[in-house]
Amino acid sequence: MVEVVVFAVAGAACLVGAVGVVLSRNPVHAALMLVMTLFGIAVLFVALQAHFIAAVQVIVYAGAIVVLFLFVIMLLGVDRAAELSMGALPAQRWTAAAFGLGGAAVLVWLVAAVDRIFKGTRSYELERAGIVGAEADAAATGYLADVNALARSLFSDYVYAFELTSLLLIVAVIGTVILARRSYGADGRRASQHGADGRRASRHGAENAPEPQETRQ
Amino acid sequence: MSGLEVTTGWYLTLGAMLFLIGGTGLLVRRNPLIMLMCVELMLNGVNLSFIAFADRFGDVHGHTVVLFVLVVAAAEVVVGLGLVVAVLRASPRATADDLSALKG
Repeated sequence: MVEVVVFAVAGAACLVGAVGVVLSRNPVHAALMLVMTLFGIAVLFVALQAHFIAAVQVIVYAGAIVVLFLFVIMLLGVDRAAELSMGALPAQRWTAAAFGLGGAAVLVWLVAAVDRIFKGTRSYELERAGIVGAEADAAATGYLADVNALARSLFSDYVYAFELTSLLLIVAVIGTVILARRSYGADGRRASQHGADGRRASRHGAENAPEPQETRQ
Repeated sequence: MSGLEVTTGWYLTLGAMLFLIGGTGLLVRRNPLIMLMCVELMLNGVNLSFIAFADRFGDVHGHTVVLFVLVVAAAEVVVGLGLVVAVLRASPRATADDLSALKG
């Protein structure tokens, strides 16, 4: 019964957060709603015996990625620019409707069929395999209780993929530095000062300019 | 097996719903920041399915895949936000439509 309550609360938090991300006009609110979803998922990870993944989820997603989002929002000042919902393009609207309806149909099928296909939980699976009693309890609760198994699979079966992710992260860091760097020009200081001043002035003007044609739904 | 029990199907359904909400949001929103958040929602829905299957079959490989998804998501967010910063700095009210200017 406890599991049902935990699932209901965490799942509701996930869904409310997800809908909030899509519907909120203010990007800051959307980021905070995203935090709610991520925490709900972390709780579900704990319920699924994935304790290490839950910790990583909180640290990496809520701790790093969302902070990065908020940082960019504050840096750019787009929180005041509110939302750009000027009405979707017709093609976009149709694509979204098709995706949503098709996905909803799949979801209905999933709800109807999944318990038939994937019946029960891990304890059910063990029961079917003939493992019962204390042995089943140990197998159901202890199979992933440590990160040893995870580390073993990460550094044996997936070691090449693991090394490739380090390359990926290096490339991402270098690419971001190049993308986000202000281009000061080759001739150094004079150009940079001039460029920075001009840019600041133009951005200041753009921020303070009235937006008469800003339409909101 | 009496009473209500949280089965694997519940988690799969929740993951599918998160994926669906994220995908719909990705299609209807035009703020590049919100679109990136919707991508995160989709990735999290998939992660939930992976962990649900890992728990169900007692297989640690699902956890490993989720770790890789986390790493790739972090890299994706870093590059995506770098692009957003570069674009929005050039034109403060750019939407996803304005990114078509990148075609050159």
